[in-house]
Amino acid sequence: MNGNQNGFSVSVEQLTKRFGDFTAVDAITFSARRGEIFGFLGPNGAGKSTTIRILCGLLAPTSGRASVAGLDVATQPEEIRQRIGYMSQKFSLYNDLRVKENLEFFGGLYSVPPSEMPGRMAWAVRMAGLEGRERSLTGSLPVGWKQRLALGCAVLHRPPIVFLDEPTSGVDPVSRRQFWELIQEMAREGITVFVTTHYMDEAEYCNRLVLIDRGRIVAMGTPTELKSRSMKGELLLVECEPLGPALAALRALPGVAEAGIFGRAMHALVADSRAAAVPVRNALLAKGLDVRRVEPIRPSLEDVFVALTVARRPEGPALPQVRA
Amino acid sequence: MSLRRIFAIFRKEVIQISRDVRSLLIIFAIPLILLFIYGYGVNLDVKHVPLCVYDRDGSQQSQDLLKGFQSTEYFNIVHLARDYPDVVRHIDSGSCSVAVVIPPRFAEDLRNAGSTTVQAILDASDSNSASIGLGYAQSIVAAYSSRVQVDWAAAHGAQPPALPLDVRARTWFNEDLESMANIVPGVVALVMAVVGAFLTSLTIAREWERGTMEQLISTPVGALEIQIGKLIPYFVIGMADTALCAGASVGWFQVPFRGSWLVMFGSSALFLTVVLSLGYFISVVTKSQLAASQMALLATFLPTFLLSGFIFPIDQMPVVVQVITRVLPARYFVEILRSVFLKGTPVAMIASQLTALGIIAFVLVALATRAFHKRLE
Repeated sequence: MNGNQNGFSVSVEQLTKRFGDFTAVDAITFSARRGEIFGFLGPNGAGKSTTIRILCGLLAPTSGRASVAGLDVATQPEEIRQRIGYMSQKFSLYNDLRVKENLEFFGGLYSVPPSEMPGRMAWAVRMAGLEGRERSLTGSLPVGWKQRLALGCAVLHRPPIVFLDEPTSGVDPVSRRQFWELIQEMAREGITVFVTTHYMDEAEYCNRLVLIDRGRIVAMGTPTELKSRSMKGELLLVECEPLGPALAALRALPGVAEAGIFGRAMHALVADSRAAAVPVRNALLAKGLDVRRVEPIRPSLEDVFVALTVARRPEGPALPQVRA
Repeated sequence: MSLRRIFAIFRKEVIQISRDVRSLLIIFAIPLILLFIYGYGVNLDVKHVPLCVYDRDGSQQSQDLLKGFQSTEYFNIVHLARDYPDVVRHIDSGSCSVAVVIPPRFAEDLRNAGSTTVQAILDASDSNSASIGLGYAQSIVAAYSSRVQVDWAAAHGAQPPALPLDVRARTWFNEDLESMANIVPGVVALVMAVVGAFLTSLTIAREWERGTMEQLISTPVGALEIQIGKLIPYFVIGMADTALCAGASVGWFQVPFRGSWLVMFGSSALFLTVVLSLGYFISVVTKSQLAASQMALLATFLPTFLLSGFIFPIDQMPVVVQVITRVLPARYFVEILRSVFLKGTPVAMIASQLTALGIIAFVLVALATRAFHKRLE
């Protein structure tokens, strides 16, 4: 179905995209296997959308190669478009069309056989949880529902690969969860799901993921691999007031490789979190700070991301902004 | 090419048009408004010119001459002046645009000297109307003059003087010289150009502005399929508007229709293809509804209004401008329309205009198709 001998749905080699002087995607190389949920993770402006648009044939690569379902993006974009579903970052269904009319429209564009349309539409409506709303104007639906309908339109023709560009941005937590359940369901059916997000917690749903920052890949692997491999050390959670002086003190301590603010607490990278907990607490107390909690924690992907990107940024870590 | 995909685009476009009040208003209201504004508002006929008369003679002869002015619909005698300042006041205030002054010894001079003069004063701030008014006045005076000569000859038992040349004018095609009959077919072209290009100028730009284009071009649909699917609804609308305007021209404005309806609708189809493709091309290039609609209006309304010969005759324009009009589709269409409405000339006589329209249509369709790319850059 994917027409690829080596079993990769998406394969990218030294892919680069420049807009004038700005390099949006900088020589990235990765591949996604058939039937996996492949996550593309990074802050806004990291180059996620640019990559996905190149893979869908909407942008031409400046250099490098990329293939989707065994087809070259530079020379066979039309053949690729037959085999993929795409959900763009900005909501892009027709608000002045009814739910049913949007589905019929995309069914027509993808040449879904008319005899199969009723069944496919019923499936998409059920999947999106829009039963009874088929005649509603799309513009009148809540954001989360619209996104599920957009997904339904993108997969109505049962493509082997779907590209979802920040499908959950601006969606409430409950709808996000529902959305990820849908993605997992599709993957179980053998569909390759290529998804971008800037929500770090969502990355845990992916089978494999790529961390991307300012156009470059900073790490790649399963969520577990990334957490164990990419952190050069272990993490300490430190709750201490006032935050400013506490962070400065923490960074100055010998044995603390990195420290950053996470919400109202701090995370500190140390060699051995169990051994470091007591000395760190004592050092902060000695500075006259109000120490509330110092304990070892397991790293989240956000920690991984910060640890991997901090070295590249002269101005310090750009923290992913949202945590659900 | 897939009929399925073309139909999907077509159906979506029809649904969107039917739910967009603004489009519906443009489709139905603009043609009628334009037709009535130009049908009634643009009247190039000079009739009922307000006339001021200052008869300083007050004789039977001077009254005879004035009857000539009274009995024609070209003049309305609105004031009998008492003196020169009175004449000047009426010309100045604009209540009269022509004044005729008959000299004090009019009848006497005619009798004795055999010749005399009549003074005409014209408000030439509207030079066109003034010169037409002067023409009317001269012909009334000339008619009176030859009648006097005939009478004189009869009274003296002489042969009436033979007029050297007798022009017997017969007006063809627009027998009553009604400017409305000339203008209304041109309005049909104006309506089609404006409505056609305006509506299609929005169609691609709207998709870019609303973000739906990115989704659309990620599907297998082809550029030509989008173009055909999107233009068919507007083509149908344009033909309906054409029928509406042509019907109103004949049924309401009483413009004669002497040609073939087949030629009329065939040439309209060609012209529509031109303006729809023009609007579509502008939409593809600008990607902005505001810019596209303004450009579409600029590219259709002004040239059609000023340069198509719709109101201002092309052979009266400077040569450079005449050359420019040759690339204007509206110019050919107005010629075709006048021919089918007023003249009823056989198709062979307007073959060159039809060919010109066909060439322009082909070029614009090709331009529009080539301008569209399924890329975001």
